[in-house]
Amino acid sequence: MTTFDPYAPSRETTEGKVFSVTGGDWDSLVQEIGATKEERVVVNMGPQHPSTHGVLRLVLELEGETITEVRCGIGYLHTGIEKNIEFRNWTQGTTFVTRMDYLSPLHNETAYCLAVEKLLGITNDVPERASVIRVMMMELNRISSHMVALGTGALELGAMGPMFFAFRDRETVLEIFEMITGLRMNMAYVRPGGVQQDLPDGAYTKIREGVKLMRKNFKDNATLLIGNSIWMKRTQGIGYLDLAGCTTLGITGPVLRSTGMPWDLRKVQPYCGYENYNFDVVTADTCDVYGRFLIRMNELEQSLRIIEQCVDKLEKLHGAPVMVADKKIAWPAQLALGGDGLGNSLDHIREIMGTSMESLIHHFKLVTEGFRVPAGQAYAAIESPRGELGASIVSDGGTRPYRVHFREPSFNNLQATPAMSEGGMVADIVAAVASIDPVMGGVDR
Amino acid sequence: MFGAKGTGDTSGYSGLVAKVATAGSSERPYGGYFDEVTDNLERAYPEFSDAIERVVIDRGELTLHIKAEKLVEVAFVLRDVLKFEMCMGVNGVHYPEQTGRELHAVYLLLSMTKNQRIRLEVSVADSHPHIPSVVEVWAGNNWHEREVFDMFGIIFDGHPGLTRILMPDDWKGHPQRKDYALGGIPVEYKGATTPPPSERRSYK
Repeated sequence: MTTFDPYAPSRETTEGKVFSVTGGDWDSLVQEIGATKEERVVVNMGPQHPSTHGVLRLVLELEGETITEVRCGIGYLHTGIEKNIEFRNWTQGTTFVTRMDYLSPLHNETAYCLAVEKLLGITNDVPERASVIRVMMMELNRISSHMVALGTGALELGAMGPMFFAFRDRETVLEIFEMITGLRMNMAYVRPGGVQQDLPDGAYTKIREGVKLMRKNFKDNATLLIGNSIWMKRTQGIGYLDLAGCTTLGITGPVLRSTGMPWDLRKVQPYCGYENYNFDVVTADTCDVYGRFLIRMNELEQSLRIIEQCVDKLEKLHGAPVMVADKKIAWPAQLALGGDGLGNSLDHIREIMGTSMESLIHHFKLVTEGFRVPAGQAYAAIESPRGELGASIVSDGGTRPYRVHFREPSFNNLQATPAMSEGGMVADIVAAVASIDPVMGGVDR
Repeated sequence: MFGAKGTGDTSGYSGLVAKVATAGSSERPYGGYFDEVTDNLERAYPEFSDAIERVVIDRGELTLHIKAEKLVEVAFVLRDVLKFEMCMGVNGVHYPEQTGRELHAVYLLLSMTKNQRIRLEVSVADSHPHIPSVVEVWAGNNWHEREVFDMFGIIFDGHPGLTRILMPDDWKGHPQRKDYALGGIPVEYKGATTPPPSERRSYK
């Protein structure tokens, strides 16, 4: 290069000539690369790339347009959540874990709470109504998460329409979340021993209407994509990973079910009373991106079925408690929605400030200090939209977790990227990664 | 009433520190499928009593404490004979007061064939934090072992590329260890100062 090119400067390194592409002046870059004898090109894709599903960095080694080697670089969203929890009490832990996999906050909270409840030995004392609410919220969350998976996955392959439909339908779920918890994401709604508060008035009607609307709306994306020849060409036979590959890599969730393996923790190792619901485990036998896409599409309907059964159960259980009876664990304040947002109910404030000194002491101790959890370790696994989400929790008998580790399905499943895309085309790695549906907040924690 | 021992001073300033009480060995019968798993492992792996230090049943979960040097042998038997074909990863725990075995690596195994779960626990000394890698047994443990190395400094011998995974490559220290400070700065708001979380009063 005779003159300095501000868009594609190059420098010599021990690895060979390295080009920095910053502007998009591809002509000069192509000329430069054409001058070198080497066929092999290493391209850095991400971490700020619109189709890597978040801050995922992919280092691609290319021969022409064929990928010969892929490496994933992660850690760009590491926030030290697991370390931070060790300095908060057990209840505050839900506020942290909900921020891990930000597309399925309720699954994170439930996994954490199930593990804490296991340590406390109160698994069977959690009221039925609380479990039903958890199941309903998790299934709603599965829909909203699958909607992002489908919408962004399609967008990354160049299909704009499905993204609009998906985010429209996700909004239905988020409105229900907002009505019930006050927040659209990161709710910290599921708490050790139950849930934070009961459903507000009018929730049953809103959920029923939402289910009806979603069932109608889901047809739009199905019509657009299922059987669409462009979509099939981009997804069929792409990102192939068979059962042996999934097993050795520890892959769970839709990727595992796309090999025909009907492994769904909701069925095989039920928690929160999932054994009491009628639903089917959706599988495909194609081991490819198209199979995973179909699984997510069909799981939407199964989730709607579960939600309907939940609402029926909740109507029968109306007025039942949503938190364990043990006052040494249950958050003392009954929260209520006031004019200025969610807060302690006025009845509770009247009791602790006006009538009962003991209640005030109790409130103060439990809120500032928290409850103690007997020493030991426990593992609770649930089926998140992406696979097995497990919470490994160690307690030293104190008011704070000693160690919290999340077995994140996104983190684990992302390891399948090389197996799925090496030997394929560059464009197909986008489809393969989208079919894993990694959420970087969960990968990096 | 709230678990306070000794003087009953729960103001948080008396420096009460609880020791981590780990569950002791369990006696047979273990209950559930745990007897079947241990029996099958004993049959398939004759050196069972030499390799397995303790069998612990706690909260409906089976934990096998294994000597580090025997881990890979036992892992192959567990995968091939006992059908624990999936490893759900490994995570570390740091117990600074357990002298000589400060660092624990906890493996979670799943058998899809038999619908069973068990846990393996390996403990090593901080001064010699070496555990053989099980990546050749379960390839999916690759990133999990890198994370434990990154966060705790446990070195997995035989790992195909043991580098940091979440922290930057040139990071000093291993953040999840108990002797690694959380950090943080005091935050001032309307004249009052809130100390960082690690320096607030503790109710241990």
